[in-house]
Formats: sequence, structure tokens, C-alpha cells
Amino acid sequence: MPSLGADMDAGTISEWLVKPGDTVSRGDVIAVVDTDKAAVEVESFDSGVVDELLVGPGERVPVGTVLATISTAAEQASEYPPPTPTGPPAPQQPAPPESPPPSPEPAAPPRRPPEPPPAARTVPVASPLVRKRAAEAGIDLASVHGTGPGGVVTREDVERLVSPRATGRVRASPYARRIAGELGVDLSRVTGTGSGGAIRALDVHAVTERAGTVEAARAEEGGGTAPREATGEERGETRQEGLRRATADLMARSKREVPHYYLSTTIDLSRAMTWLRERNREVPVEERLVPAALLLKASALAVRRVPQLNGFWCGDHFEPAPAVHLGVAISLRGGGLMAPALRDADGLDVPELMKRLRDLVARVRAGRTRSSEMTDSTITVTNLGDQGVETVFGVIYPPQVALVGFGRVVERPWAVGGLLGVRPVVTATLSADHRATDGYTGARFLGTLDRLLQAPEVL
Amino acid sequence: MNEKRVTYREALREALREALAGDDRVFLMGEDVGRYGGCFAVSLGLLEEFGPERVRDTPMSESAFVGAGIGAALAGMRPVVEIMTVNFSLLALDQILNNAATLLHMSGGQFNVPVVIRMATGAGRQLAAQHSHSLEGWYAHIPGIRVVAPATVEDARGMLPTALADPDPVLMFEHVSLYSTEGELGGADRQVDIDRAAIRRPGRDATLIAYGGTLVAALAAAEELSGEGIEVEVIDLRTLRPVDDATVVGSVRRTHRAVIVDEGWRSGSLSAELSTRITEQAFYELDAGIERVCTAEVPIPYARHLEEAALPQPAAVVEAVRKAVG
Repeated sequence: MPSLGADMDAGTISEWLVKPGDTVSRGDVIAVVDTDKAAVEVESFDSGVVDELLVGPGERVPVGTVLATISTAAEQASEYPPPTPTGPPAPQQPAPPESPPPSPEPAAPPRRPPEPPPAARTVPVASPLVRKRAAEAGIDLASVHGTGPGGVVTREDVERLVSPRATGRVRASPYARRIAGELGVDLSRVTGTGSGGAIRALDVHAVTERAGTVEAARAEEGGGTAPREATGEERGETRQEGLRRATADLMARSKREVPHYYLSTTIDLSRAMTWLRERNREVPVEERLVPAALLLKASALAVRRVPQLNGFWCGDHFEPAPAVHLGVAISLRGGGLMAPALRDADGLDVPELMKRLRDLVARVRAGRTRSSEMTDSTITVTNLGDQGVETVFGVIYPPQVALVGFGRVVERPWAVGGLLGVRPVVTATLSADHRATDGYTGARFLGTLDRLLQAPEVL
Repeated sequence: MNEKRVTYREALREALREALAGDDRVFLMGEDVGRYGGCFAVSLGLLEEFGPERVRDTPMSESAFVGAGIGAALAGMRPVVEIMTVNFSLLALDQILNNAATLLHMSGGQFNVPVVIRMATGAGRQLAAQHSHSLEGWYAHIPGIRVVAPATVEDARGMLPTALADPDPVLMFEHVSLYSTEGELGGADRQVDIDRAAIRRPGRDATLIAYGGTLVAALAAAEELSGEGIEVEVIDLRTLRPVDDATVVGSVRRTHRAVIVDEGWRSGSLSAELSTRITEQAFYELDAGIERVCTAEVPIPYARHLEEAALPQPAAVVEAVRKAVG
């Protein structure tokens, strides 16, 4: 069960879209999961053949539970030689290891690591020492984000991945371990708030307190089941209420833990609006752009230039994100809020971004989002212009470190070069995590955003 | 019972006066304890009151007069030997370690050594690298002696009679910064229990362990933290050997966090010993790593600002507690 947001503890399988024996590729939608917020399409993490579905439709399980097993090409390859005719019928005829790799989609030759789809694979530059270290630790260099000059994978990049993997254990205080054992709490499901994300006693108590009321009720009924999370249904919650509670938990956590600072600036949009008007005149209605698309694109480019705002606060340090996935705050019909990601927003041209935005809004409001969209956002943008407000001071979506707000585009008297004119302007605000950045960095972001919006044709 | 405000120095003097008056076997000796009244003025007026037989100025030879005190104790007296400061005690270390601490064992239990050796310890008075040591942790390493560190006026008054009643050697470390502090003194003849550490301030969020001069910094830190809603339990060890594990570990079992303030240098210190004892006895109670606030590992500087920077200050204690509490 993937975590489809920092506020998700458990999910219900509502539908399987694959069955045992199906071949899946990384990124394929394989199941639909009901969270407190929405039905989310879950994508496969890996390529291979579905072995077994372990959790049935309607079952609610904690995040981290294995939902299904997939044998990868390498695992299948290791099953032969000898190739047995009674072996699992793979959709493509597996080639025996001796024969040269034939068709476009062969089973991988033996003893090669599983390959992600070829298009996604780029071979990064790394020194021999780094290659050796990665090989020792069993880390695929292609999956490592390089932070060195020109994207070179440095030793630190590899070490960062090695330490959690090598130990494979949860960081928890001895006392937290003890009480978790006594209370039957699975530490892998507890979010640590101690130094370096270590789990402390209060984190364990936080989990048990949430489950507490339901557990007490169950105990009175004499049901001796192992402790587990109460589900939304058990709480008698509707989806609406679940969404409200999830939002409440996350926002409370943000305001409790994140020291926000706020900056705001008013940006002259006359060039941007003129450009938009002229462009929209030339295209059919369905391809017309709205100002929000320009603001989103400019935000994505600006944060690429100020990468200190793009990423996550992890326990005690900032981890920059390798790409810009713009979370877009979308209000739902009937109340509630979601912020799914426009992936790689900085690389989309404005018409494409507009198209993706329309698609995203439609799907979110229909209650169908994809898992990667729910978890990948690296910074969030909220636009309350439709509602007529001029300024938005937003609450950061943890573990992100910044949120950009836009108000309504309004006409205002505006002095330029000693003359007063009437211009369309928008107030852009930045809420940022003071642990990760200082006002200087935030100011640089707003300045960059302003400059980008003065040249809409190159956005 | 009259409550009265006295200084730590006066409380010690009162204890000495009572001991000298109450037991003929008791006498005080050391450098400048008589005519000068003691280099920290603890024994001021005692020579006039009890005479040169009972309050004896000694030559500047720590080895000789500490040895003489041990000999007198072996012969049935109850000597109180004052060494000016702990750095000078190093000249008498052979007497303390090889004679006072061992003779009971070497004599097969025939000779005990009921000597009390008092000395000033600690930094904070700009006395520079040779006169600012906190070596009580070293002495606490030695089996065969008891090491006490009165941190309050009541303990300064009450520890001496208890120490004199002990049949074995007791070393009493008086922090130089405490002599002029004032406090309330309760009953006149209140002996204190030196077997137990004292909880000087109850709290639930973390256990702050201090002794002697560091108790002041610990209590100041606890007060500041209380303003932030962090309630710290402050423990005054009082006896550094043998350490009262039960009180320390009992507190950690309640708070699940421990911060130790020690004016000794960190490496091989009393704080290291305490930290180990806590992990040995209460590992599964710990919700955070044990924090230590110690003196910087440098010879103590003379310049005031550098000396202050080297010593455990309340701000550092506050910081360490915040780290432990998270």
C-alpha cells in the first residue's frame, strides 16, 4: 500500500485492474485505492509478471502492506536454465539464455539487473569510486539523482541511499521501541519527530491515541484482535468527513512543526495579459489559455532557478527534489481540498501545461487521481483568484518547504516611469519554511517570478 | 526552629565550630586555616575560639600534613584537613590514594581511617589554568573513599557531621563559586543523609543531573525552561562516590531523558560514568540520547570571557535539554 500523501495511514483496495499472470510495466495503473480523500490509481513500481494479489477488494490495510507480488524479468530468468516447458506461461516466449536477444520485448538475459523501460534510462556520470560503492551496495546508478556539477553522481549521493537501505531498520528510541512492543504498534508505520526523524515515545502514543477510542470499544465487545488503525467507516465517517479530517491533521501538523515566513509582491501583468489575449484570438476556444496557466508555468520556472524552495524537509535537513512537480491546490465540489502534482511542470510549454491542468482538475473532481500525482509534489501553488481574493497566505503542505499563492488579477492605478496608468496586476505570495530557507531566498524567488512574467512569450 | 539566612562559608564555619565544640578528637589543620582564617575565610575566628592545638596552621607541604592527618586518624583522632584547592591536593594524592583509601584493606580490617579532607574546587574566579580544576571526578574513581560535594547552604552545614561520623575517609569538595552564596538554614543540628542524591526541583520532561557548583547552572536552566513549558527534574548528586543510582535511574524512568552537567572535562569524566550507569540500568526507558554539558577540554583560560565560554553555562544546559526533549 503506497503512501499517497503525508496524511495517509491506510487505504482500501477498491478494484484490481490486473490479475495474476499479467505482464506489467513500471508506471502501469494496476489498482484503484480508496483513501480518505479520493479514489487513486496506483501505478506499478516495477516491471514484470504479477504473481499474486495479496489484498482483496474492499480490504483496508495500513500503508506499507504488501498488496501484490511481481516477479521481475531477472527473477524469471534466474528460474532457468533449465527452461521447463511447464514453467509459468509468460506472454512473450522467453528466449533460452544461449540464444541471442531477439524480439523487441524479450525476457532479459540472465544475471542482468531488471531494466526499467529503456526510454526512462539515462546513464549518469560517476567516478570509478562512486561506481564501485554503488555496486557494493547494490544501488542502480540510473536511479540516483546526481547533485555534482552537470548532474554528476557524487559519493554523497550514493551514501545517502546506502545508509537507510543497509541498516534497513527504523530509527527509534529504546523507550519508544519498548512501548511500541507493549502496545502492539508497528514502528514502521510511525512517523518519527525526533532528531533525524527518530521515533520517540510521543510518536508511538500519537498512533495509539488515534486508534484508542475504537480499540476501547472493541475491547469492551470482547473482540481480541490485534490493534490496528480505525478506518473511516469504523468512525462512521463519510468520504467528505474523512477528507476534512485528513486536511485538518496535515494542516495542524504544518502549523505545529513548520515555522512559516511570508513574503508578498504585486506583479504587473500587462505584458502577460496582452500576450494571452493576442494568442487566444488565434486559436480555437478549447485551446485558449487562462492566466493561471502562465502563473503556474512561471512559478515552475522560478522555482527551478531557486531550487532551495523545491523539495522536502526531512527531519533535520532539506532534501532538494530532482524535478519540479507543481502541486496545484484544487478545491473539490462539496468541500475539501487536494493538491495533486503537475509533473515536470517546468518542462511543459504553456499550452501543454494548460491541457494537463484541465485534465487534472477534471479527474480530481471526478475522484480519480494517480498515486504519483498524489505524492510527488515538490512545491504547491494555490490560486484563489476565482474567488475574488487579492492575497493568499497559504499553509505549507509538509514535507514540502514552500507554497506560492496568487490572488485575483485586478486593474490598479500603476506608476511606471513617472506616469500613472491602469494596469492588470496580481499579488503573489510565498509561504516558506524558515528551517529550509531565509527571506532572502524567498525574495529571490518572487523577484524571479516577476521577471519571468514580464516575458510571457518565452515562458 | 528559626530559619536564618547565612552564606555557604558561614554554614561551613558553623559546622566546624559545632564539631570542634562537640568532640575533643576533632581538630582542623591546613595552610592558613588559623591566623589568616582560611584562604576562603571559612575558619575565620576559630583559632581565637579553640586555640592553636585544635586549629593548626601547617607548612606548605600537602603531602606532609595530609599524611599527618591520616596518621592522627589511625591513632584515634577525628582530623579535618583543609587543602586550599584541588590542584594542590595532587601533591597529597599518594597519601590519599595509597594510604587513606587502602589501609583498612591492607590491615585486614584492623585500621580504619576516619579523616575528613576538605578542599575547594572548580573555576569561575579567574584563577587561570593551574587553580581552576574540577578533579572530584578523578577522586570518585577511587574505591575506599567517599566523595561528597555540598551544593547548598544546608548541605554545607549538614555534611560535615555526617562525614565525621563515617569511619572511613571522606573527601569534601566545596566549589569556589558557592562560598558567598546565601540560603536558608533550618534546624541547627540537622545532619544530612549523604547516601542519597536530592531532587532539588521536580519535573516530568527530563532529568537534569548536577552536583556542587553546576547545580546553580542547572537550576537556572530549569527555571528558564519552565517558562517554555519544559519541566525539568533537577537532581543534586551530593555524593559522587558511591553514586546514588536509585535516585538517578528512578528519575530517568519517569522522564525518559537525561542531561548531565559536569564541570569536569568530558573525556573520562563523572558525566561519562553517569551516562553509562543510566544506559546500563535504564536503556529501555530512554526516549532520547543522553546529553552532556561539560567544561571545554582546554586548560581553563584566565580571561573572563574565555573562562565563561569554557564552563558549563545555563544557556548550554538549556540547549542540551531542548535537544533531548526535541
